[in-house]
Amino acid sequence: MDGASVPVMPRGVRMQFDKVRDGWVLLAPERAIRLDPIGHAILSEVDGARSIDVISAILAARYAAPVAEIGKDCGEFVGALVARRILDLAA
Amino acid sequence: MTVPPPIAMLAELTHRCPLSCPYCSNPLELTRKEVELSTADWTRVFREAAALGVLQVHLSGGEPVSRRDIVDLVRAAAAAGLYTNLVTSGVGLTQARIAALDAAGLDHVQLSLQGTDAEMADRIGGYAGGFARKMAVAALLRDAGLPMTLNFVMHRMNMQQLPRAIEMAVELGARRIEVATVQFHGWAMPNRGALMPSRDQAREASRTVAEARDRLSGVLVIDYVPADYHATYPKACMGGWGSTGLNVTPDGTVLPCHAAQEIRHLTFDNVRDRGLAEIWYDGAAFNAYRGTEWMQEPCRSCARKAVDFGGCRCQAMALLGDPAATDPVCVKSPEHARLAEMAESFADARADLVYRHA
Repeated sequence: MDGASVPVMPRGVRMQFDKVRDGWVLLAPERAIRLDPIGHAILSEVDGARSIDVISAILAARYAAPVAEIGKDCGEFVGALVARRILDLAA
Repeated sequence: MTVPPPIAMLAELTHRCPLSCPYCSNPLELTRKEVELSTADWTRVFREAAALGVLQVHLSGGEPVSRRDIVDLVRAAAAAGLYTNLVTSGVGLTQARIAALDAAGLDHVQLSLQGTDAEMADRIGGYAGGFARKMAVAALLRDAGLPMTLNFVMHRMNMQQLPRAIEMAVELGARRIEVATVQFHGWAMPNRGALMPSRDQAREASRTVAEARDRLSGVLVIDYVPADYHATYPKACMGGWGSTGLNVTPDGTVLPCHAAQEIRHLTFDNVRDRGLAEIWYDGAAFNAYRGTEWMQEPCRSCARKAVDFGGCRCQAMALLGDPAATDPVCVKSPEHARLAEMAESFADARADLVYRHA
């Protein structure tokens, strides 16, 4: 996944806090995906304007983690959701 | 055994429908309008479902837009915090109604496809002009920005249209297509001699899906239900009985799956009498086939028992008269060879369609 790509959460996909299971879930057509804290942190920064590189830099600073490592995780996470048509990439 | 909360609820709002598909999954004995749950009943059920842990509600039927209060029902489900999916033929949807559903908080629409041209679709649906209406609705949904899944129900008569159905999904701007081979319950049972695909057709469909998934990765998601009677292992029906989903019928009866009433000796609770959580955790029908304790051989000692849960209980009932038997689709079932023969003979039959009727 190119670091300059900008992920977008399309209509019909949203994050929601699941009170019953005490965690965040990503809801999409016929899919409910339980998010771990990393997934939740990444998706919380997806606003349709920030690129994967920008999101990675924000998270690396926040968690004092190496940006290369965060960038790799972030790219793989976004890439998998794009392949499943749960996230789009801005044109 | 710890019982997890359900993730999804199928809300069969009504059995009324302008179409009369010969494989309708509604029971042969259709529920009359007079005994349907009210708007207030459904509103309470949606709240109870969300509190229980349901995340997604599938508003289905019959044709759910046959309910005059469909916009109010969508609003109530959305207000409860549920992800709302409208499962529709499109007939009965207008631009104004789509705008109202959109404003009420509808998340997603699943549009059924009986065939890829008017001749096939209207013949299968038993409704002249249905296909043209559906195509118009698909365009309206796209204009409104509502995300859409196309649901192509496949059988011997239209299986050759699968490549075109996949193309149409892309052209219509759908993000997903469900390609579902007819499951033989309800009205499909008396139509096995008209609808059963041949083994070659089933194989060709699987090949088409595999090729399209590869080619359209990132463009179109394809969910696929293969031809059951020709399979080697059974489907993990409902992901395991009473483990992930529940179904509420038009009159408020709560079922572990839409066909469960075929198992005559089970007793089902109703949302008019008991709370949904109590029904889910303590209801006799839900506990009847939960987990693996109820299993007989060859399931009991099988390594796959937590993979496919012995297959479909309703199918074991329908074909063998014993809902605790191994689904005969399974190659390990002593009845598997007989099922394979039965599938061949239905596939060779040239029976006329029996349409759904009141």
